[in-house]
Amino acid sequence: MTVSLSHVGRFLTLAALASAVAVGCSKKVKETPPAETPVDSAATTAPVTSTTPGAYTPADLDSDACLRQRVVYFDLDQDALKPEFQAAMSCHAKYLRDRPSARLRLEGSADERGSREYNMGLGERRGNAVSSALQANGGSASQLTVVSYGEERPVCNESGEDCWSKNRRVELVYSEK
Amino acid sequence: MKRIARRLLVPLLLLPACAVLAQSRSLEIDIVGGNAAALPITVVPFGGNCGETDVGGVVRADLGRSGQFRSPDPASLPERPTQGSEVAYPTWRMLKQDYLLIGRCVPGGDGYRTEYELFDVAKQERLLGFALSAPAGAMRDVAHQISDAVYEKILGVPGAFWTRIAYVTASGLGRNTRYALVVADSDGYNPRTVVNSTEPLLSPSWSPDGRRLAYVSFEGGNSGIWIQDIATGSRDKVTSFRGINGAPAFSPDGGRLAMTLSKGGNPDIYVMDLGSKHLTQLTNHFGIDTEPTWSHDGATLYFTSDRGGRPQIYQMPASGGSATRVSFDGSYNASPSLSSDDKKLATAQGAGNTYRIALMDRSTGGARWSMLSPGSLDESPSFAPNGAMLLYAAREGRRGVLYAVSADGRVRQRLTLGDGDVREPAWSPYRKR
Repeated sequence: MTVSLSHVGRFLTLAALASAVAVGCSKKVKETPPAETPVDSAATTAPVTSTTPGAYTPADLDSDACLRQRVVYFDLDQDALKPEFQAAMSCHAKYLRDRPSARLRLEGSADERGSREYNMGLGERRGNAVSSALQANGGSASQLTVVSYGEERPVCNESGEDCWSKNRRVELVYSEK
Repeated sequence: MKRIARRLLVPLLLLPACAVLAQSRSLEIDIVGGNAAALPITVVPFGGNCGETDVGGVVRADLGRSGQFRSPDPASLPERPTQGSEVAYPTWRMLKQDYLLIGRCVPGGDGYRTEYELFDVAKQERLLGFALSAPAGAMRDVAHQISDAVYEKILGVPGAFWTRIAYVTASGLGRNTRYALVVADSDGYNPRTVVNSTEPLLSPSWSPDGRRLAYVSFEGGNSGIWIQDIATGSRDKVTSFRGINGAPAFSPDGGRLAMTLSKGGNPDIYVMDLGSKHLTQLTNHFGIDTEPTWSHDGATLYFTSDRGGRPQIYQMPASGGSATRVSFDGSYNASPSLSSDDKKLATAQGAGNTYRIALMDRSTGGARWSMLSPGSLDESPSFAPNGAMLLYAAREGRRGVLYAVSADGRVRQRLTLGDGDVREPAWSPYRKR
C-alpha cells in the first residue's frame, strides 16, 4: 500500500466517524458522540494477521487497517476511482464475500458548488463507481445500496478546495456487519 | 369621490401541533445597490392607529425592494398628510415626487380598517382610494396588498408582495445538522417552520394554488418526495424509489408532478399523475437529467442535463419527445426558473469556481444574457409570480443567505436569518383572496 501518513491519519478519523455512525444508524436515529478517542489506541495495536488468510469477522472492521478505510475521495467533477483506493476496494469486497449477510451503504457526496439536485446526481455516480469496483472484486450487488446525499452532508463548510476535496467522497457504511 | 370598500379575507393559518412549529426569529434585511431610474414615490407614515404594524414602512420597503421605486426617508418629510384633504401638491412637486401614498388606520372589531390613497403629483389626481379591514395579526398582509395595488396601478403589472417564500435552513455540521423547511412572507417576515428533520430537506416546490409544498426529505435513510398541506401540516410520501427521488415540480394545473428518479440506473425526468399515481418516463439518457421546470402553459419542460458533457439547460415537450439544448452561454447552467411569460429563463451559471445567477431574455427573439448576481457561489434562482423579481441563494463565509433581486439586476436585497444556513428559496404563486 502506498498511502501517505497524512492520508492514513485522515482515514483513521473518518473511519472511526463512519463506524460510529453505522452503529447509530442501525439503531433508530441520531446523536453520535464525537468518536475520536478510541482511534489512536486501536490503530497501533492492529497488525494485519496475514499468516492465516481466514475469513473476516465484524471485529476486523475496527481492527483491520484496510477495512478501516471507509471513505473514498474523488477529484473535481470526477467519478473515476483513484488507484490508491484499489486496496480498500478489494478488502471490502472480500469482507462482503466472507460475510454474505453483511450489507453496505455507499453514501455518495459532492462539494457545494453548483446546483443541489445536479450534485445529487454526481454523488450517485460516485456511489455507483464504488459499487462497481466492489462488484468487480467479487462483492455481490445484493449487499450494496447506493444513496446519494449530494452536497447536503458536508464534513466541512469552508469555501475552498481544501474543504471541497474532503466533501467529494463516498462513505462506506455497514448497515449489517 | 367614490370609495370602494373591500373586505380582506385573510386565510388564518391554523397551525397544528405535529409537523408545524412556530419560529420567532425573523429575517433581517439590508438593501444592496440602488436604482437612480426608480420612480420617486413618497410613502407618508400612516396616521390613526395601526396597532404594532408600521403599515407605511412595510409598503415603503416593498416598493424599494422591487427596484422600480425609491422613497424619501419619512423623517425628512415636511408634511405628513393622512387624508386627501390635507395633500398640498406644490410641496410634493417641489420635492420632485411623482407619486404620493397616504393612509390611516381605524381600530374596529378584532382588528383595523385601513384606508389608503395614491396620488399622481404632476396630474394632481387621485389614482387609488381603498379601504381594507383585517384582524390585528394580518396587518402586514394589508400592507403587502396595498403595495401590490400601488405597484399595479403605476406600472400596469401586478405586484407580488402579498406572496410567500419557502426555503430550507440548516444548522450544525455533518451528521448533527438539523434541517427545517420554512414558509415566510415575501419580505422574510413571519417565518413558520413547516417541517423539522435530522435528515436533509431540499427542493421545495409550490403547488399552483399555494396551499401545498412538494419537497425532498431523506427521513428513512434515502431521498423521498413528499407533498404537504401547509395549513394543516398533513403530508404524503409520493415516491421512495431506490436511488434518487428529487426535484419535484407541480404542473401549472396542479394535477401532475415532474420529478427526477434514478430507479432506472441514472437520473431521468419523470411525470407523475397525482390522481392515479401513474408515472411516465420522459427522458432516457445515461447523463444526469434533473431539475424539471414547467413552462406556464404546461406544454414544455425545461431541465438540467449533462448529456453534452457539462450541465446545460434543455427543453422538451411535456408529453415526451426529443430534447433540445437551450443554454449556450457559460460552461455550466443549472437550476432553471422561468418568468410567468416564459420569456425569461434564470439559471445558476458557473465559470471556474464562480457561480452567478444569469438571466436569458428571449422577449426580443434571440437569447440575450445578463448577470443578476456578483457570485461567487450563487444558486437556486426562483422567479416571483409577476416575473419582476427573483430570489436566490448565496454563500457568505460559512453560511447561506437569500437575496431578492429585481429582474433588471439593479436592486438586490439580502434576507438573512439570525443564524444558520439558509438556502433553496422558492417564491410562491399569487395568493388567493
